[in-house]
Amino acid sequence: MTKTMYNPISTSDDAKELGLLPEEFEHIKQLLGRVPNFTELSIYSVMWSEHCSYKNSISWLKTLPRKGPHLLAEAGDENAGLVDIGDGLACAFKIESHNHPSAIEPYQGAATGVGGINRDIFTMGARPIAQLNSLRFGPIESEKTKWLVRGVVKGIGNYGNAFGIPTVGGEVFFDECYNTNPLVNAMSAGIVEVGKTVSAISTGVGNPVYIVGSATGKDGIHGAAFASKDISANSAEDLPSVQVGDPFTEKLLLEATLEVIATGAVVGMQDMGAAGIICSTSEMSAKGEHGMNIFLEKVPTRQANMQAWEILLSESQERMLIVVEKGKEKLVEAVFEKWDLNCAIIGEVTDSKRLNFFMNGELLADVPAESLVLGGGAPVYQREYSEPAYFAASKNFKIEQIEEPTNLQEIAHYLSGHPNLASKRWVYEQYDSMVGTVNMSTNAPSDAAIVNIKNTNRAIALTVDCNARYVQADPEQGTAIAVSEAARNITCSGGEPSAVTNCLNFGNPYNPHVYWQFVHAIKGMSKACEKFKTPVTGGNVSFYNQSSYDGPVFPTPTIGMLGILPDRNNRMTLDFKKAGDMIFLLGESVNDISSSEYLYSYHKVKNSPAPYFDLQEEYAVQEFVKALIKRKIVNSAHDVSDGGLFINLLESAIPRNLGFSIGTDFEIRKDAFLFGEAQSRIVVTVDEAHEEMFLELALDSELAVSCIGQVTEGEILVDDAPFGTVAEYKQTYNDALGAHLN
Amino acid sequence: MKFGVVIFPGSNCDHDMIHVLRNIMHQEVVELWHKDTDLQGCDMIILPGGFSYGDYLRSGAIARFSPIMEHVIRFSEKGGYVFGVCNGFQILCEAGMLPGALLHNDHHKFNCKNVFIKAENNTTLITSGVDTSKALKIPVAHGEGRYFADAEVLAQMNANGQILFRYCNENGAVDAASNPNGALENIAGVCNAGKNVFGMMPHPERAADAVLGNEDGRLLFESILAMVKA
Repeated sequence: MTKTMYNPISTSDDAKELGLLPEEFEHIKQLLGRVPNFTELSIYSVMWSEHCSYKNSISWLKTLPRKGPHLLAEAGDENAGLVDIGDGLACAFKIESHNHPSAIEPYQGAATGVGGINRDIFTMGARPIAQLNSLRFGPIESEKTKWLVRGVVKGIGNYGNAFGIPTVGGEVFFDECYNTNPLVNAMSAGIVEVGKTVSAISTGVGNPVYIVGSATGKDGIHGAAFASKDISANSAEDLPSVQVGDPFTEKLLLEATLEVIATGAVVGMQDMGAAGIICSTSEMSAKGEHGMNIFLEKVPTRQANMQAWEILLSESQERMLIVVEKGKEKLVEAVFEKWDLNCAIIGEVTDSKRLNFFMNGELLADVPAESLVLGGGAPVYQREYSEPAYFAASKNFKIEQIEEPTNLQEIAHYLSGHPNLASKRWVYEQYDSMVGTVNMSTNAPSDAAIVNIKNTNRAIALTVDCNARYVQADPEQGTAIAVSEAARNITCSGGEPSAVTNCLNFGNPYNPHVYWQFVHAIKGMSKACEKFKTPVTGGNVSFYNQSSYDGPVFPTPTIGMLGILPDRNNRMTLDFKKAGDMIFLLGESVNDISSSEYLYSYHKVKNSPAPYFDLQEEYAVQEFVKALIKRKIVNSAHDVSDGGLFINLLESAIPRNLGFSIGTDFEIRKDAFLFGEAQSRIVVTVDEAHEEMFLELALDSELAVSCIGQVTEGEILVDDAPFGTVAEYKQTYNDALGAHLN
Repeated sequence: MKFGVVIFPGSNCDHDMIHVLRNIMHQEVVELWHKDTDLQGCDMIILPGGFSYGDYLRSGAIARFSPIMEHVIRFSEKGGYVFGVCNGFQILCEAGMLPGALLHNDHHKFNCKNVFIKAENNTTLITSGVDTSKALKIPVAHGEGRYFADAEVLAQMNANGQILFRYCNENGAVDAASNPNGALENIAGVCNAGKNVFGMMPHPERAADAVLGNEDGRLLFESILAMVKA
């Protein structure tokens, strides 16, 4: 093997072409002590892309609360967050975006998003047991949106269903701001015995480095760089940047990976996602403070004559890099042979702390591993930010500007069929939600998905939440609301909120108004996560969600939250149980319609403040519900969120075809009472036997608690006036999405 | 009773089936790898759901060529019990062990939800303990579940009592609205003429654990155990 550099040195034009800033090019020259060649420049361009380096976000991410008593791995330590859930078990969980690929190739973009997030979980040695997703599209009426929705849902379904992990929850939201740039965020959670996890680390000079799984092809080259720029009319030309998924191979890789870990031969392992071989070799090496010699001709390829840099940067899916203890090669190879998967030694661990990539004996790149990675040599930027004018303007909105309507029943029907509020059945029935036989919410719906942990008395609660309209209206309050709503969903399901993973979808960070949204979202998240003692364990940042013509999407910091039920019998459901049960509203009714679906879609007022929210009140209401559930005093619990109280009641009534008769509050406008989205409110039902005890506890709680009515056999009444039957609403609610998408 | 659950590459309901048989029905279960040639003296061989070989060519089309299938076929020819669920049903049809075929759902979408099915009779191993007037709530999860057989075969099967289950509404009425995939005559499950090979699209193993709030599927496993022990 010779050590002469072969390929041509690069120029500042090359650097620009690859998306590097002039000062970044200078920095690379300094780090290497020479001008990088083209392969090396490509390596830096992907590793220092926004997607891999978090260069424009990391300084703010570090301000998030990241510590908690039951965290086994803190943000940034491992591929996913790791939380002790008791009984010697841990939950690895994470959310990630696949927005840009889904925008131009919805089926493969979404499918590979599912594949990628699951690999993050099982590369740690955890078996995935539940998936969720959070999707945002443009207006449902548009043909383009329909194409995107059908493709994304089919992509998630076909990949996740074949892979065999249930999809237990999610959200779907439509708004014109996502017209060009839809958001596709996928979350996965897995279970592993404490102490049996595998790290993404490389140590032990002379240990062999394996690539296993799919062969490497030309798909997804420069995908990370593609994810780090705005979507434009030319984006379709980036099509080779989109990877192609193969869930069958992923399923085999899952089983083989868990088997190979059990052999005890594995030193470290990392999946190959963004930036492929270069990312996994550099991150594992930097973490282990070692180097690697990698021989690219040994990588199994899907096609002949691939260039070295293509092999290096390919984002072909369903691959893993494994460092194996020397002498235990046979153990590893036997497992992959059993599963008929590729398994090739492509290099070895060295003590140099440098990555040397060779092709047919020639040294093509020689870079210090540490210089490439987040927390090492990757650049860190502080971006400028300034308050956008719309923010002050939004405060001018007053409820009095909207005349109080008299056609409340008509509005109720309109909202129950609005795509953002109606049943997402058309979407979730395309996902296998029951494989694995752990989904406890199939036959007993609850605000968060309850997932059984077999062979224990435990369950976990999972939810994804973000009302991006609130975040747009007020990034700090809106994000605090997103965290609070996630916690509220878990609390209403009988769980204890435990930890957060986040997916921060924003526009271009070089736009000071976008960055202002980002900074304030982080502040709001910190505030709320501290209050609920739910540390942030990781996730991802997706900037550049904007197009040259539509501008940025709503700031969308999706919150994925994990909750724990030490005793799964403490779980609570959202459906009304029987006619005659009393309906109580916990929390204050407020004369507020700001940022509600009602105001935004029905009255078409697009700029108003975030809805009423007080973090302390929120916390108190949740603590009260926890106590009620623990003492088995309530028959149902369901939080008031999008669509307001009326939609909340409808969602509780529909599962058992019951109805409700409620009285409004004379101090509050009827539209605000029924459709306002003021936060920190929960509806519970109580049967006669528990009423007295409930009222006593309510008095002691010093919270606003009001009896608003009673569950009926099926008719819906507001202030004694007939409002229709649950059967009518149910049909509208269930069929709304299908009417557009079938 | 001793059950053998065959694991094909891409099977993903294997663990669910094993969990129910082992931990809920308290039976002996062995895991059989698709390359195995020894059925280990099992009383019943189960082909679980999933996406064997990714279902890439056509559901079940490749799995039928797995080395173990030759032995499963021989086992069934000697009267051994074989039960396929979902992808397992598709494999049994592809292998010619059950009549008919499973086509793409008429709406061309994968569909996962609770459905109701009704046993046609209670003379088979699997339906022996089931009340034929009652609808069972059992989930489906498939993209290719539309049962098809030509008219002659279908007439024969009907005459022979080979239809195990039909999709129905919650009151037990077999109607078009309750058919989740466009299956001919609402057929959800069938058996062979010898009544020792069974296949169904709905997943009884997903409705057998009390923790999940639905135990209707458990009746099928109880039927099997009652008959084989007796």
